[in-house]
Amino acid sequence: MKAVILGGTSGMGRALVQRLSERGDQLFLLGRDPEQLARSAADARARHPRSLEVGHAACDLERPEQFASALDAAEGGLQGFDTVIVSAGVFATQEQLEADVALAQQLVTVNYAHTLIFCEHARKRLLARGGGTLVVFSSVAGDRGRKPVAIYGSSKAGLSAYLEALDHKFFAQGLTVIDVKPGFVKTSMTAGLRPPPFAGEPDGVAKDVIRAIEGQRPVVYTPAVWALVMFIIRRLPRFVMRRIGF
Amino acid sequence: MGSPRLSGWGRVSEPGRELLGEDLEALTRGAALSRGLGRSYGDSSLPAAATDRVIGTRLANRILSFDEATGVLRAEAGLSLAELNRALLSRGWFTPVTPGTKFVTLGGMVASDVHGKNHHREGCFGAHVRSLRLRLASDDIVVASPERDPDLFYGSIGGMGLLGHILEVEVQLHRAACPWIWMESERVHDITEFMAALDRAAASWPMTMGWIDCLSEGPALGRGISMVGRWATPDEAGQRALPGERTATLPFDLPNWALNRLSARVFNEVYFHRHPRTRQCQVVSPDTFFYPLDAVLEWNRAYGSRGFTQYQCVLPRAAGAAAVREFMSRLARLGCASPLCVIKDCGPEGRGTLSFPLEGTSIAVDMAVTPDIQRIVDDLNEFVIAAQGRIYLTKDRFTRAEHFSAMEPRLPAFMAARDRWDPERRLRSAQSRRLFGDRP
Repeated sequence: MKAVILGGTSGMGRALVQRLSERGDQLFLLGRDPEQLARSAADARARHPRSLEVGHAACDLERPEQFASALDAAEGGLQGFDTVIVSAGVFATQEQLEADVALAQQLVTVNYAHTLIFCEHARKRLLARGGGTLVVFSSVAGDRGRKPVAIYGSSKAGLSAYLEALDHKFFAQGLTVIDVKPGFVKTSMTAGLRPPPFAGEPDGVAKDVIRAIEGQRPVVYTPAVWALVMFIIRRLPRFVMRRIGF
Repeated sequence: MGSPRLSGWGRVSEPGRELLGEDLEALTRGAALSRGLGRSYGDSSLPAAATDRVIGTRLANRILSFDEATGVLRAEAGLSLAELNRALLSRGWFTPVTPGTKFVTLGGMVASDVHGKNHHREGCFGAHVRSLRLRLASDDIVVASPERDPDLFYGSIGGMGLLGHILEVEVQLHRAACPWIWMESERVHDITEFMAALDRAAASWPMTMGWIDCLSEGPALGRGISMVGRWATPDEAGQRALPGERTATLPFDLPNWALNRLSARVFNEVYFHRHPRTRQCQVVSPDTFFYPLDAVLEWNRAYGSRGFTQYQCVLPRAAGAAAVREFMSRLARLGCASPLCVIKDCGPEGRGTLSFPLEGTSIAVDMAVTPDIQRIVDDLNEFVIAAQGRIYLTKDRFTRAEHFSAMEPRLPAFMAARDRWDPERRLRSAQSRRLFGDRP
């Protein structure tokens, strides 16, 4: 596999980079911070069975004007890629987002609009080569409008709707779209929050995502128990949702 | 939900919480303690006060460089042995020293100066560490090595994280030409035979250890199974691939009464007799050989909600087999019901200022936290002090400060290093509060 990863220096993306590299996949890292990119590229190289050099380029989800050139760099580095993974994103609690409108605007712009634009660039390039795999991290928070994730969840809901439509539209042309829906995962993104039961670890998510890529499954809940949790949540009547804090 | 609590592997908790993150440089500024995967049994990785900042390092897990020609690895402190093995074992590299679990971080392995089945040959992990990048109490970041600030370097090896937050570790890995282990095991019928078997094995085997039925008494006192091993040759192992990651998880706490004298006795009886009468030779995976207990994640729940501790001590060779026999009969008399009791002969003491092993026999036994636990630990400690042995801080939760200083002639040297590098005692743990009198 030749994969470009946006957001592979931290959290679930980092764990995924590590596991893919250990499998022998050829990677190219995109991210915001050059120093972090260099450290993660060194890590991926050290873990690679043949110590393959791992390239990287700057790409900030807040700056869509970088997307095309970043993907150009990846195409050059990998001599063409067949997989694009987007694990970058922004998280903030509902309280923070309600208190700070600018933060809310930034979050929904990055998580929805800019991620979508990045995916548009990526899927065009994949389709031009006859297809490939596009893996994007949304969230279980997008499955239902819920009090504690009203704004964050809606940005992920929009993203999931787009990913589903991409799958419908381009599946026949060889594009596999995988929507990764993590539940609560213990990363630095969620460091200040108290983990609920069934909280996952980044490495467990990475394993699930790799299994989904291998099985070409369009939607993956991780940890898997969240599929059941969200199945129930989606079916709860409104009067219940109005009362509970979940 | 009450206020958050933090616990070690023994599941006896202290108020506090850990702050997880990838950027250790940013996180450790002003922090009191770093902890890895929380595998130390007692209070080594727990805060001295609920308000202390305790940093969880396990997300800082990147390999920074690995030289396949020399085997020198430099990595962030939160890299776990499980990951290291996953990435490098199939390529022919293995940690020079491994403890009995792979769910430990490099930083934790340094802070505990872990030892393993090859201690008689290779010493502790710290003997293979080339340098450490540390965040000091002063908030400065330094690189310490045997040449540069040796008191800081050797104080950090086995220093329970009290001289500086370990940010990065540089260590020399070992070649493992074939990723399989040739293991031989046999029944041993009493403690005298056990000591002799370990002694004999040490001369010709790079890895040795034994499981003891610590509930056996009388003529069978100290019976068990002795195990030896070495890396297999490609001829012995053949072309088989290493098994994948397969684990089960103990999904709930067993009730507190589940592990009692009777059930432990039954377990030990079965475990002893399951091993054939004749010497067994087999090729096993490193996971089976080094980490048999890792096959069941969260096995610590078997002791129930009361939690447990491990008593591990080393008795010097000078004290002789008689001391080991006396220790075993004390254990049996005190009725510490546990199926897990491990014996290992240790080589010479390492250079880590507070590093645990010394030349002699190490015995480790798990014990449930019962109302008697303090009395039991006190009793065993008094025996260990008389025999001029010492205990392993990584396992400890109940030793009294006066007992520890009585068994640790190197303590003044360690405290002098603390005076130099952390005079205000900003770095501290629940254990340092208990044993070194750090303020709560």
